[in-house]
Amino acid sequence: MHVPFCRGKCPYCAFYSISSCSLIPRWLAALKREIKMSSRFLPETCPAFDSIHLGGGTPSLLAGEYLAEILDCLRSCFRIGDNCETAIEADPLDITDEKAAFLKAAGFTRVVVGAQSFDERVISFLGRRHRAKDSIAAVNVLRDAGIENIGLDLIYGAEGLPVSAWISDLDEAVSLSPEHISCYCLTVEDGTVFGRLASKGRLKVSSAEAERELFLAGSRFLRDKGYIHYEVSNFASAERHMSGHNLKYWRREPYLGLGPSAHSFDGGRRWWNKRTVRGYCESLEAGDLPLQGMEHLTEEQSALEMIAMGLRIRVGFKLDEVILPWIDQQGVDAMLAQGLISCAGRIIAPTVEGYLFADRLPLEITK
Amino acid sequence: MTQIRNFCIIAHIDHGKSTLADRFIQKAGLADERTFRDQILDNMDIERERGITIKSQSVNLPYRSSKGEEFELNLIDTPGHVDFSYEVSRALASCEGALLLVDATQGVEAQTLANLYAAMEHNLTIIPVINKIDLASADIDRTREQIEIDLGLDSSSALLCSAKEGTGVDAVMDAITEMIPPPSGSPDEPLKALIFDAHYDNFRGTIVTCRVFAGKLKAGDIIKLMALGTTHKVEEVGVFRLKRDARAVLSAGEVGYIIAGIKTVKDTRIGDTVTLASNPAPEPLPGFMEVKPVVFSSIYPVSSDDYRSLADAMEKYQLNDAALTFQKDSSAALGLGFRCGFLGLLHLEIFQERLEREFDQSIIMTVPTVMYKIVLNSGETLHVDNPLYYPDPVNIKESLEPFIRTRILIPDKYMGAVMELCLSRRGVNSRFSYPTPGRIEIQFEMPLSEVIYDFYDRLKSTTQGYGSFDYDILDYRKSDLVKLDILVNGEKVDALSQIVHKDRARERAVHVCDRLKDEIPRHLFKVPIQGALGGTIIARSTISPFRKDVTAKCYGGDITRKRKLLEKQKKGKKKMKMIGSVSIPQSAFVAVFKTDEKEK
Repeated sequence: MHVPFCRGKCPYCAFYSISSCSLIPRWLAALKREIKMSSRFLPETCPAFDSIHLGGGTPSLLAGEYLAEILDCLRSCFRIGDNCETAIEADPLDITDEKAAFLKAAGFTRVVVGAQSFDERVISFLGRRHRAKDSIAAVNVLRDAGIENIGLDLIYGAEGLPVSAWISDLDEAVSLSPEHISCYCLTVEDGTVFGRLASKGRLKVSSAEAERELFLAGSRFLRDKGYIHYEVSNFASAERHMSGHNLKYWRREPYLGLGPSAHSFDGGRRWWNKRTVRGYCESLEAGDLPLQGMEHLTEEQSALEMIAMGLRIRVGFKLDEVILPWIDQQGVDAMLAQGLISCAGRIIAPTVEGYLFADRLPLEITK
Repeated sequence: MTQIRNFCIIAHIDHGKSTLADRFIQKAGLADERTFRDQILDNMDIERERGITIKSQSVNLPYRSSKGEEFELNLIDTPGHVDFSYEVSRALASCEGALLLVDATQGVEAQTLANLYAAMEHNLTIIPVINKIDLASADIDRTREQIEIDLGLDSSSALLCSAKEGTGVDAVMDAITEMIPPPSGSPDEPLKALIFDAHYDNFRGTIVTCRVFAGKLKAGDIIKLMALGTTHKVEEVGVFRLKRDARAVLSAGEVGYIIAGIKTVKDTRIGDTVTLASNPAPEPLPGFMEVKPVVFSSIYPVSSDDYRSLADAMEKYQLNDAALTFQKDSSAALGLGFRCGFLGLLHLEIFQERLEREFDQSIIMTVPTVMYKIVLNSGETLHVDNPLYYPDPVNIKESLEPFIRTRILIPDKYMGAVMELCLSRRGVNSRFSYPTPGRIEIQFEMPLSEVIYDFYDRLKSTTQGYGSFDYDILDYRKSDLVKLDILVNGEKVDALSQIVHKDRARERAVHVCDRLKDEIPRHLFKVPIQGALGGTIIARSTISPFRKDVTAKCYGGDITRKRKLLEKQKKGKKKMKMIGSVSIPQSAFVAVFKTDEKEK
């Protein structure tokens, strides 16, 4: 579920969000309507949901009663499995004792804290309002409240800092024993403040070579600490702590997206909602689903996605009859020879070095 | 016959030739504003984009003059490039007069001058017309002065018009009727008609465009093409009025078409004389010449599977391009293809573009080359137009390459720069003349191989567009030639080999290595590119590998975008040629013989 509200726009973020919180009540009403309408379209055969993810935006800025309303609405409209992973992304400043206790009570099992960094230089470069101590406090408060799966989001590659600075940042993170760590290489995207600065040559960005070193050093460090590097940018302390929600994207399992600009997938079709809060609300207020677009995937497209997503995750993808016709064996051999992928038991998977070329590998190994 | 006028329009690119032609067509009532598809005479996309006419065309315009007399004006549109200079000369030979069109905002330019000289050689009556007088920046007095001084024409007879607005167009048409003499020649003499164009029609076969100089011609006649000696039975004659307009007879003085069951354009020759088999002319019209290809290049399908489809396209293409020659060819790197001969580099480029656009072929062309003569120690002489067949240097006694005489016409202030350019291209025996004050004609003897890549482009940029250029083939001269090979990732790419003069080998090798470095995308590994003479590496460049190619985040909303990008990249990759494990884009093969923007 996409909660499109933030207190302010971060200079590097290209996700859709607005900072006008006055629209929250209208959005919530529309969202509840969408939940009810969507539930009617779900096929009989649809299994129980085993993951609910509130992403953003900044879902943690929603008041407790709103979050409760959303969860109640979901539970009354959909079949939710017993061990459903229920996750929320949170700004460290939102995690008070009270909020943490509420999240636990409401049934959230996983909280991802947007720490971004524990290095004050990086935090201020990224234009964040919190400090390192706020993130540390948030993790401790969540832990005390009984949240068992805590994730930290980190960003590296800012300000041309050396590998050593990144490793001490990670060391700080690891000392909090989070179950999950996401390490995102800072990406300068069009339509962001950083994008504008970079186009004017006024943003210090790392070279591909430097990013590569940061990536490899970070991976090595975290693996040494016992984390599993299970996706390009994601690490988990154990299999069960991997993000069940995100794995659905990478394994091409069905998901239902709710909220403005959310995407849904049923195995053969993908569709997406109106991008803006206003457009989204207007559709639902008029009694329509806020559909913006839809695509029916051909066999080749499905296979290509399967391969592209599979090459981002440690478990890789299976060379089954759906995939096989599109595979170029020579390309596979070349990538094996270069140590970028492994192939065992008809499973192709990227190596850690291979993660660095996850966007390239699908081109190399397909016809 | 007294009411016929045959004329052409001489103009620099963009001076409004096509717009004026459109006006004539409208005034003649052949098409109204709405049926106009832009500019009718230039009806190939490529012609319109490049602003040049490639094929000669003609249109018959009925016109009632302001004095109430009825005329038939034949406008003959001529190609505007040195590659097609023979076609131009035949089209000019079919006219009695020419409109010299000058843009009042630009004044006289180089091409105007070169074309004017060609028209004068054919003794055409020249009518200067100053166009675009409606524009605020028009400087009529200055343009008149240039016509007087630069062109040596009487500017008091110059007409003013705006083809765009239609002002002055009637006066121009009246002037054509009053100033250009009617054709001479008797309809009672044996038939003599000059072929100045031929094109292929899916239903009727080859349609020959000609100017009748003597005699007459009708359906049912048996005609003889004098140079070829072939005979055909005439099915239809007529004139072009945007579409074919059949006539009972074509007689002396007229311009029109002949349909005579001629299968392909190859069965006709531009410049040949048509006569009647039963009552042939004693001798053909003067000036016939067999046009021979001077530039050779191989083409290959990007995907070897497409060879059949390329072969079909070539067959069809050839129906309409008599100047193109081709035969089968094969390369270790690129597979089966064709070795083609062209009139020049523009002809080659047009061929490539049309094959891609109109026939939907993805092709790779190799470096264009000229025909060399290689004398072996055994005494045998080889004609080599393909680096693939360049003999082992130990067997070569001597090499010869074709030389041309270039005629370059420029404003005299560019003399230094143009001299430098010609000397750098191994020009020798220069001669100068001053046809008009402020203008200089430079003649050089140069190897043809030095002008086929980019000489014209360089000349134009050196002279800011004022240089015009023309050449004749002279003879074969001794030369010190070597074969330059290109290695990509250690593998020799035979399709990139070229025969070059020894003194130019290093320069060319560096150029090729640099261009390939820009054109070949990064790979996951380092790709070295080398230029070699035999076993000696004389130039190198390296494409550094990707260090990283991954986006940090890929979640629900990113998947569609990611897949679309992949689909696009895959399409691009399919258009590339695999040499070993390196993908080389089509553009790389062309880029190696193109002038660098930054070098210009």
